[in-house]
Amino acid sequence: MTSTIDPVTIAVIESGLQQVCNEMDLAFVRSAFSPVISEALDRSDGIYHKDTGELIAQGELGLPVFVGTMQFGTQEVIRRARDLKPGDMYIVNDPYLGGTHLMDVRFNKPFFYRGEMCAWLSNTGHWPDTGGGVPGGFSANATEVEQEGLRLPPVKLFKEGVMDEEIMEIIFSNIRLADQRIGDIKAQAAALTVGERRFTALLDRYGKDTVDHCVVELRARAERQMRARIATIPDGEYHGVAYVDSDGVVDEPLKIDMKIRKIDTDLYFDMAESSPPCLGPMNSVIATTRSAIYLAVKHIFPEVPINAGTYAPLHIEDPKGTFLYAEYPRPVSGCAAEVSQRIAEAVFAALTPALPDLLFAAPAGTSGNFALGGYDPEEDRSYVMYLLSGGGYGGNADADGISNGCSTIGISKTQPVEIVEQRYPVLFEEYSLREGSGGAGERRGGFGVNYEVTLRRGEARASFVMDHGRTGPQGVLGGSDGGVNKVRVTRDGKTHVPPHLSKEQDIHVSAGDRIRVSTPGGGGFGDPLDRDPELVRDDVNRGYYTVEQAAELYGVALSACAVDPAATAALRAARRATARAAE
Amino acid sequence: MSSHVIGVDVGGTFTDLIVTGAGGGEPRIAKVPTTPDNQAYGVLSAIAETGVALRDVDVIVHGTTTTTNAVLERKLSRTGLLTTKGFRDVLELGRRTRPNAYGLKGTFEPLIPRELRIEVDERMDARGRAHRPLDEEGVRRACRTLLDRGVESLVIHFLHSYVNPSHERRAAEIAAELWPNGYITMGHAILSEYREYERGAAAAVNGSVQPILHRYIDRLSGELREGGYADDLLVMQGNGGTVSARIVSDAAVNTVMSGPASGVMAAAHTAAEAGFMDVVTYDMGGTSCDVGIVRNGIPQVSSELELAYALPIHVPMVDVHTIGAGGGSIARIDDAGLLRVGPESAGAMPGPICYGRGGERPTITDANLALGRLDPNALLAVDSPVTPDRVRDTIFRDVGAPLELDADGAASAILQVANNRMAGALRMVTLARGRDPRDFALFAFGGAGPLHVVALARELGIPTVIVPVRPGITSAIGCVVADVRHDYVNTVNAPLDALDMDRFTSILDAQMAEGRATVEREGVEVENLRFVHDVDMQFVGQSHILTVPLPSPRVTRDELREMFEKAYWERFAVDLPEIKAVLVNLHTAAIGRRKRTDLAGLAPRGKGGRNGPAATRDVWYRDGWRETPVHRRDDLPPGTGFSGPAIVEQLDTTTVIEPECDVSVDAAGNLVVTVGALAEDRNEAGS
Repeated sequence: MTSTIDPVTIAVIESGLQQVCNEMDLAFVRSAFSPVISEALDRSDGIYHKDTGELIAQGELGLPVFVGTMQFGTQEVIRRARDLKPGDMYIVNDPYLGGTHLMDVRFNKPFFYRGEMCAWLSNTGHWPDTGGGVPGGFSANATEVEQEGLRLPPVKLFKEGVMDEEIMEIIFSNIRLADQRIGDIKAQAAALTVGERRFTALLDRYGKDTVDHCVVELRARAERQMRARIATIPDGEYHGVAYVDSDGVVDEPLKIDMKIRKIDTDLYFDMAESSPPCLGPMNSVIATTRSAIYLAVKHIFPEVPINAGTYAPLHIEDPKGTFLYAEYPRPVSGCAAEVSQRIAEAVFAALTPALPDLLFAAPAGTSGNFALGGYDPEEDRSYVMYLLSGGGYGGNADADGISNGCSTIGISKTQPVEIVEQRYPVLFEEYSLREGSGGAGERRGGFGVNYEVTLRRGEARASFVMDHGRTGPQGVLGGSDGGVNKVRVTRDGKTHVPPHLSKEQDIHVSAGDRIRVSTPGGGGFGDPLDRDPELVRDDVNRGYYTVEQAAELYGVALSACAVDPAATAALRAARRATARAAE
Repeated sequence: MSSHVIGVDVGGTFTDLIVTGAGGGEPRIAKVPTTPDNQAYGVLSAIAETGVALRDVDVIVHGTTTTTNAVLERKLSRTGLLTTKGFRDVLELGRRTRPNAYGLKGTFEPLIPRELRIEVDERMDARGRAHRPLDEEGVRRACRTLLDRGVESLVIHFLHSYVNPSHERRAAEIAAELWPNGYITMGHAILSEYREYERGAAAAVNGSVQPILHRYIDRLSGELREGGYADDLLVMQGNGGTVSARIVSDAAVNTVMSGPASGVMAAAHTAAEAGFMDVVTYDMGGTSCDVGIVRNGIPQVSSELELAYALPIHVPMVDVHTIGAGGGSIARIDDAGLLRVGPESAGAMPGPICYGRGGERPTITDANLALGRLDPNALLAVDSPVTPDRVRDTIFRDVGAPLELDADGAASAILQVANNRMAGALRMVTLARGRDPRDFALFAFGGAGPLHVVALARELGIPTVIVPVRPGITSAIGCVVADVRHDYVNTVNAPLDALDMDRFTSILDAQMAEGRATVEREGVEVENLRFVHDVDMQFVGQSHILTVPLPSPRVTRDELREMFEKAYWERFAVDLPEIKAVLVNLHTAAIGRRKRTDLAGLAPRGKGGRNGPAATRDVWYRDGWRETPVHRRDDLPPGTGFSGPAIVEQLDTTTVIEPECDVSVDAAGNLVVTVGALAEDRNEAGS
């Protein structure tokens, strides 16, 4: 390998660029207000090319779904930017302009070095509210983007370092909990200022020409690395399918049809056969659709660094005419949290046969948004409570899937039950591992979660935006699907099941009513009849499966907590014979 | 009669010991191999090596890795859990995460397996009202079941016990009637903070290591008694303080991570004596570096450490952050052609190439050797000698050839990339704690710390470096200087405006009373007992907390608000008059000062620079090779001064003084280095 840049300099500048981004991430998260940012880490910071907007470097702990969108968002700002001055900063949340949902608010700052504009510093943070029909913005049944909240085109919130108070007033007049948002805005802006200082220090030390040269070289090298990984996939066509339960308005599944063609070191993605645009908010804007494919590939090859070169070998045909290419005014509030995860699942499903040692059966793949908005008479205050939940991950060649993993596109922790009960008038009856939900397989899926919440006081409205209620996360290579997501609302002793299973808005509940959610388990990997019977015995002793399930799913006969080898062999032989006959 | 004080610390490789106060005589030190199966053998043989008779010893302070190893290697005692109905799986579900941001694989094993977790009908609500009464018969049944399943140690962890612990207490009373030993842990007694996973994890760790620690300390105390030692054994805790062996296993979890804590204690003490109150400590060993922060002479303590993936330890501990780079970190070229150093490590086996234990891949230690920074004839841990040429050949093969560099260039590239990464990680550690590294002095210890510290300081823009007299036994010194310390935390979680100030005061009073009672109960002689108070605060709607020190337990509401706003501004440069403050937790540390021991006798008494350096050798620096004087540390008594480049060698470590740096040896024998040619100017590109 030859290069005109000396090997120490390029390694040092690579980590220097990364460090600038990590310090922006840190500054943002340490002072942010919204727990969505500070605790759930729903944010990302990066450096982008001054003309092309291409990704130069991004923080290592940014939210995965933003790996692609930030570059597209910056490109849209560049197209519209006029008369840039040091200290300017744009704010934008328009989903159709390289975004996700309205709640993801982006700040873009032109970076000047010695009077010359030479890069963009950008970040995204998920605000807890941007107005619209539902507190928190996760509508289950909006039919136009206007119902989803305030939409900002790229506007200069800061002009030469001074905040435009009039724009702020417009924003504050249109969102809930406006008094707390000033804290997030200051934190989000301060993060880019930290980036500006640290990037300046890097350029001072190594010289702009050297850094520019390294940026070009690093892009080329990341591309080579990605191509080397892609080369390990046999040439050919691969096909994966995943379904979104419904759009929340029309009760029909939405199909993601993912055809992947691999030629040499390139991958071509074609989603043209997917469902047409939908009425409800499960449309995906193209930036999010592309980003979902990027993050899926990054989950498969996690060691490849992230910059624009990483994604150069990925060619994504615009899926025009499908719900994965949403145009104004299609509602899109489900795209970042749910549809993106189904897109990733379709990529995993397509490529698992090609890379069985690297991939995994489908993870739970839903953010599990449950919002409860109401009035607490004892505290005399209104509140909006959000719960996110995890689910099982898929089994894989190395191990069983993790239980209660976070969403494919996120990295956040859940709130402790004790904190939720401190803040809201609810009582958890249960928060437990959902037995039996892990898809059976030689390596089984991880388990989902059951939780049940009782409203203790007052009245409230419950809304759900979840998924995998109709079909469970896919098993692979002979493994079974994981358990489906379930929602049950018990009002006055009567049980209500949302007609769309995983999505419904504004269900009225009163004191004493209960809401029970069971989240999906992960898919199984490989034939369950090949699972070591001793592992099945352990699973039963732990209560993960019943004795009956051990026989039925795994062909393992247990008596008195021990494997009965002869009965197990007979059971498995019979099961295999039946399977052969069915073929 | 003489009154010796012994500090003895068990590390991964060596057990280090220092004896002080031998009638004004010089401190004696010993270094013997650690005996992992029973650390007591190593301890006793280290004492024997000093020749000190146990009957002449006043105090023994012991740092042990017994509990840390048990947790990290999951060699735990069989532990069962009684918990609130509906919440059996809290310890298994954790907080819903995955091990890495990318890649949907990994594993997680709960500390207590599911078959040993049993639910009991009871429920407190968030305000501490009993929503459902405790099913006392259910507690009995569950205890019998767990005993039938061979459980030795019991953990009782109920929801909201931090507000009202009465159910936990009653369940423990009932359990005590049935339980054959004293191994019963109540969650609230270990940590009275909200967050059921974190509190439960602390309790589960405590229960799982309690019998192990108890047996170990019992055996060691017995053997010390037989040897003629009449006094109490003190044990180091993760909070940097000591506790009597008599009560140490009650809160066994507090001894986890005590090794790194004693290192930071020693650094704080040594630096303060030398006049440096704010230091970043940098302890580099074979596989990793530990970084800690000392402000105003006090090691910073955190209640939010994570021992491993999804294994939080939220009891107060000296805030030590581990960076995955050490002497054994391996250098390689990745498939993008970039030079990477670590995180893969050759560890102790096979170790660096130059150790001759079969290591075949170049490490940081090998690069130091190839560049003349280490003397190949003075390596401590060599099995069969390897020639420097072979080390250089391998560096050339693995790193030089792919990058088109000769062996020197390749070794220097390894060192520069390694230092750059370590500096970046060290900077992130300090920034994440709201501090700028440039405001601190850098204090180096551990076998490899002094080799890199001056280069790191230059990279980070830190103007002063301190290398103590005996960098290799820092943790043992930490044992000798540590105070008796006990920490207490209670969650309040009330808006400042609505805070009941009487309750505020009474919680602090109760914490002080408990601290006083504990110190009395353990019966350790202390010169005085003082209390340090902190409050954790946040703005409404935030989830992060900011810890603010209280000048006294009697403060007004307005003073609390002012202190918080000031601290917030200092940390984030954001002021938020629009938003209300919340008081989350109250902390009290009870600190009993032990009799001071004099460490001045550690300073070298050699002839000093008058005789000149012992030797010279060629050493590589960023601007190339230079003939460099090599000093023996023993020949550098207080008052000596010299300039870089220079090498300072002693038995267990080598210090590299880079060019354009000046060294003075202070009264205690520390090397105080003024670092020139800083890469970052404090005033130009601050953050």
